[in-house]
Amino acid sequence: MGNASDLTDRDVLGIAESWRKAGRGVAIATVMETWGSAPRPAGSHLAIDETGHFEGSVSGGCVEGAVVEEALDVIASGKARVMEFGVADETAWRVGLSCGGRISVLVERLD
Amino acid sequence: MDLALLTELNEARLARQATIRVTDPNDGSERLVREATLRSDDPLHDELVARFRSAKSGLIDTPDGKRFLTVYVPPPRIVVIGAVHITQSLGPVAAIAGFDVTIIDPRTAFASEERFGEVKLVAKWPEDVIPAELALDPYTALIAVTHDPKIDDYPLKAALDAGCFYVGALGSRKTHAARVERLKTAGARAEAIARVAAPIGLTIGAQSPAEIAVAIVAQVIEALRLRPAHLAPMPADVWA
Repeated sequence: MGNASDLTDRDVLGIAESWRKAGRGVAIATVMETWGSAPRPAGSHLAIDETGHFEGSVSGGCVEGAVVEEALDVIASGKARVMEFGVADETAWRVGLSCGGRISVLVERLD
Repeated sequence: MDLALLTELNEARLARQATIRVTDPNDGSERLVREATLRSDDPLHDELVARFRSAKSGLIDTPDGKRFLTVYVPPPRIVVIGAVHITQSLGPVAAIAGFDVTIIDPRTAFASEERFGEVKLVAKWPEDVIPAELALDPYTALIAVTHDPKIDDYPLKAALDAGCFYVGALGSRKTHAARVERLKTAGARAEAIARVAAPIGLTIGAQSPAEIAVAIVAQVIEALRLRPAHLAPMPADVWA
């Protein structure tokens, strides 16, 4: 009873494990720090596979695209990195958080 | 992240064991710490204890440099003893608030699917369910609402033993005074007995069964999020 429902089909870390065990290259992105208003708290995960499939979130959908792109590099190189995102700067066409907060995201390969 | 470490982490999460992954963001080195086996000589002991309680992940400064703590605690759940009128509202209210709810009542006339629909319902004596089918833990709230000692007393003691984050029991002051005497006779310490929330529910003047259900769920949320001192987890020394 009970326990099986705690890790649902949408469980990000469960999915990452199953992807890797199926032989796919996988990276895990984790919100490490937040400042001001940020949509997802520290510890939130986004799992990415080598073809760009992803599950979970590190923001309200604002920066996932950029994180997925970086994750593909991390899967290829094996070198973890920290990405920082601040307020969206429309004139510079940079991705950012429209809520006005800042976040840092750790992107690492699942080995 | 290492796949073997992730596998171990997922197993711990499935088993409802609170776990923290400690990572050095500079070199990627990592380790897992389970709350149940946290060593008193762990260099991050105090910080880890605080993190298990707050359930908040974050970056910290240590003498050895920065460390990132990712905290995984089990999803909170509510076990209700008694499939009474209040429970018919308590089940849906708690489910909407995000709790996984299980109702236990050996009286099949009360514990019928017709009365409870989708909510998980077990028509057995609590001692036949706890802990064989359902183990209580610090991330579980136990609410006893039959005010029948034959049904309520065993799970109340089990909840104190397990360090449930919330233990509440329905009943008049007189009923509760008698309950306190029984717990004392069974050897429970006064501090442990004081953890039983009674009269149950926040004081909002609730009258109808549905209003009482809201008051109870609100008190459970208060215990989970604010951890007021009188509801502090006390897993050790329940019995004198």
